[in-house]
Amino acid sequence: MTKAIHHYTAIELLAELKAKRLTVLEVSKHYLQRIEKYNPVLNVYLSINQNLLEEAQAADEEIKRGSGKPLLGLLIAVKDNFLTKGLPTTASSLILKDYYPPYESTVTKKLLDAGAIILGKTNMDAWAHGSSTESSQYGPTLNPWDLSRLSGGSSGGSAAAISAQLAPIAIGSETSGSIRQPAAWCGVTGFKPSYGRVSRYGVISMASSTDSPGPITRDIADAALITSIIAGQDRYDATSSPKPVDKYLDLLTKKDLKGMKIGLVKEYLLSSMKVEVKSLIQNAAEKFKELGAQVEEISLMDPKYAIGVYTVIQRSEVSSNLARFDGIRYGNGRELFGDEAKRRIMLGTFTLSAGYYDAYYKKAMAVRTKIINEFENTFKTYDAIIGAVSPGPAQKVGATKNEPMFGEMEDVLINPTSLSGLTGVSTPCGFVDGLPIGLQITGNQFEETKILNIAKVYQDSTDFIKYPDQFN
Amino acid sequence: MKDLKSELLIGAEVHIELTTKSKMFCGCPADHFGKDPNTQTCPVCLGLPGALPVPNQRAIEDTLKIGLALKCEINQRSHFDRKQYFYPDLSKGYQISQYDQPFCHDGFVILDSGKKIRIERVHLEEDTGKLQHDTLPPLPVIPSEVEGSISERVSLIDFNRSGVPLVEIVSYPDLSSSDEAKEYLKKIHNLVRELKVSDADMEKGQMRLEPTVNLKITDGKGDHYTPLVELKNINSFSFAAAAINYEAKRQLEEWQKTGIEKSKSNKATRGYDSQKKVTFPQRQKEEAKDYRYFPEPDIPPLHFSSEYLKKIKESLPKLPEEIKRELTDLGIDAKYAEIIHKDKVMLSLIQTYKSDPEIKINNLANLLVNKKIDPSTDIKKSYLSLNRSGETDETKIKEIIEQVLKANPAAVADYRKGKTNALGFLVGQVMRQTKGEVDPKTANTLLALELSKL
Repeated sequence: MTKAIHHYTAIELLAELKAKRLTVLEVSKHYLQRIEKYNPVLNVYLSINQNLLEEAQAADEEIKRGSGKPLLGLLIAVKDNFLTKGLPTTASSLILKDYYPPYESTVTKKLLDAGAIILGKTNMDAWAHGSSTESSQYGPTLNPWDLSRLSGGSSGGSAAAISAQLAPIAIGSETSGSIRQPAAWCGVTGFKPSYGRVSRYGVISMASSTDSPGPITRDIADAALITSIIAGQDRYDATSSPKPVDKYLDLLTKKDLKGMKIGLVKEYLLSSMKVEVKSLIQNAAEKFKELGAQVEEISLMDPKYAIGVYTVIQRSEVSSNLARFDGIRYGNGRELFGDEAKRRIMLGTFTLSAGYYDAYYKKAMAVRTKIINEFENTFKTYDAIIGAVSPGPAQKVGATKNEPMFGEMEDVLINPTSLSGLTGVSTPCGFVDGLPIGLQITGNQFEETKILNIAKVYQDSTDFIKYPDQFN
Repeated sequence: MKDLKSELLIGAEVHIELTTKSKMFCGCPADHFGKDPNTQTCPVCLGLPGALPVPNQRAIEDTLKIGLALKCEINQRSHFDRKQYFYPDLSKGYQISQYDQPFCHDGFVILDSGKKIRIERVHLEEDTGKLQHDTLPPLPVIPSEVEGSISERVSLIDFNRSGVPLVEIVSYPDLSSSDEAKEYLKKIHNLVRELKVSDADMEKGQMRLEPTVNLKITDGKGDHYTPLVELKNINSFSFAAAAINYEAKRQLEEWQKTGIEKSKSNKATRGYDSQKKVTFPQRQKEEAKDYRYFPEPDIPPLHFSSEYLKKIKESLPKLPEEIKRELTDLGIDAKYAEIIHKDKVMLSLIQTYKSDPEIKINNLANLLVNKKIDPSTDIKKSYLSLNRSGETDETKIKEIIEQVLKANPAAVADYRKGKTNALGFLVGQVMRQTKGEVDPKTANTLLALELSKL
């Protein structure tokens, strides 16, 4: 059986295109057909690039001329909070319904400059508030593994796009868990670069101090390829790091984990967690040992504290970041904010108010510093820490109803690492009741190369990357 | 009411638009005056979704210059904050400003009287857009579609000014008269122009004055403070002074009528009508307005090394106030220093001869100011010829005057009775004693001065 177009990784596709065994036009038509068929089922895409076929033809011409652009002709699904010129950008909110941005986000600009073509914009929790895509004001994205379940979030559309093979590559963004958690629930690879590694310019801000764009892909090599394109200092983002960017893909050279010290965080194996999930994590730890790593159980601050800290800081920043949608511009009034956004605006406004600032925001920042210091110390000894991404597999549609802290509970194991600006991978590590479970491999800030290498070795020696039959 | 004493307490808030090339957080031109509306904007200053501020290094440096020139202490670790409030001209719903760690704090300005006016803080923020309330001409309409055509009243927003760097200089309420306030404001005006960080053209809104005024009234029962009034939209020093004087009168009358004293909630904002010469109430400040400040997460904290600050300090031009002080420290009278410090030629001559043992520097200053010496000639030669016997030295003249006064008690008595022609006689005596080397005008002035002391 020949390989279907949607079975190729990005790297394989680029090779096929370069060798002229496939054309961008063919690939585009193929994906458009699949999207036409499956998007009504899953609600992955909010909009599709209407010029896709023309852009595909132009890319084919460029390939013929022998261009050296690294991503020439690669189709990319982009989360709808990245501003894209010529394509509507709503952040899954009604406030920005039909909003056509006048400028391009740095991430998409870098991708376009590298020759990529935006396939469409993917669904997400409105304003990236949530871990389910259920707060999207355009309906939830369903989980390709089980249509009665959610895809996770906030980058649920991007994760489902990879899982249902409706795009070779997707871009997401993570404030806390928003790349890794949906990747885990959909059984795909999610990579969150360190805070400051990838520019936030042109990404609709959620929590400015933790937002990190990153790829959701079929495997680690694709993630390394995309990250090497989108990472780097941006003169439009003062928080982007001047540190030089590694050639992540070229540096994926490790064949085993000899000499690596891995910490298995005790506190992250929650008592509330399903036994099956715990044992998958234990299995992963055993695998790491097999691969030559020294795995030790370590102890970190109870992640429940991170929930409190994250909630206060994130709501505070959200209440401020959404102030610009004041009903004067963008054509839609503030009454169109959904319940989740309203809740966050109110809570954040409260925690920043005179008299409460010290008790909430300031205290949260102090604890955040403690968490950062704890990780700093940990990474003096350990190369990476591992644990579950999420306490369990994908939850049922409707699970967020009456659960205003849904996201925080689902992201409890990710919160501390996001608050500290760390880099981390979510990679499939097995199934529970036919649903994928994600393993997080987390490293110190700016140690992307190391974390990608560890994850690559793990992926190469395991066989957990699968795609649901219904969409195969 | 007889023993009523009232004292003015004035603090000044001054906003200065910096004349940097680009805006505070984006690359748009900062020079917005008279430009077509919304022609100098970008995603950042329009506050579009996803746009991020990147601070203007030059503006930060200019603010540090102002702070250092005002003898402020510098917060070597500082950051920007978000000041959150709703107003249509505020594109992001918050203004990037500074709250608990302004770049500069605790400086001072010394008035000519020697009085020290303490500066509380100097911080950097961004300007807002501008609202324009207008009536649009009726749109051309096809008569069949619309019956008649009406002009439309609209509020328009021009974002050209949005994001222009703005420095705020806040003083303590150490100013106690409109004259002092005027002098203080002028000194700030001179300073920023001298530092070349702003043209401070008040007509163009590059310098905005906001005095906060209240009275301390003392009667038999103790001290009473009248409610604070912040005066806004004042675009000249004279208007500032006039507004303050009007407020002093108004607040006293108000207090006498109502007895209302200052509280946390009754700070008011008033504008000044320069035609009617009155202040008038603007919006009442909301009770303890809550701006929900928090550190701006889009801009990393700033750190200024001691070396960096030292470099800036060394780059500061010598300020007029300093030059004046140096002149008076040399022994030059303040009235001469006032003229000389603005004149490059005279200044350099003073520098050249300040340590010449044969030249008394205050005498040279006198001769230069009174144009007795032509700066283009040989200064020393002219000086020595004019000071052959040193009689024009004021201290010597004073000695002679004392002698003359002692020797002519009758004339002195006549003068004090009001016979002004007695002064003419005494001047003549002084002229004779100095063999005519003192000019009669000086002799006259000095004599009158000495007589007034008797």
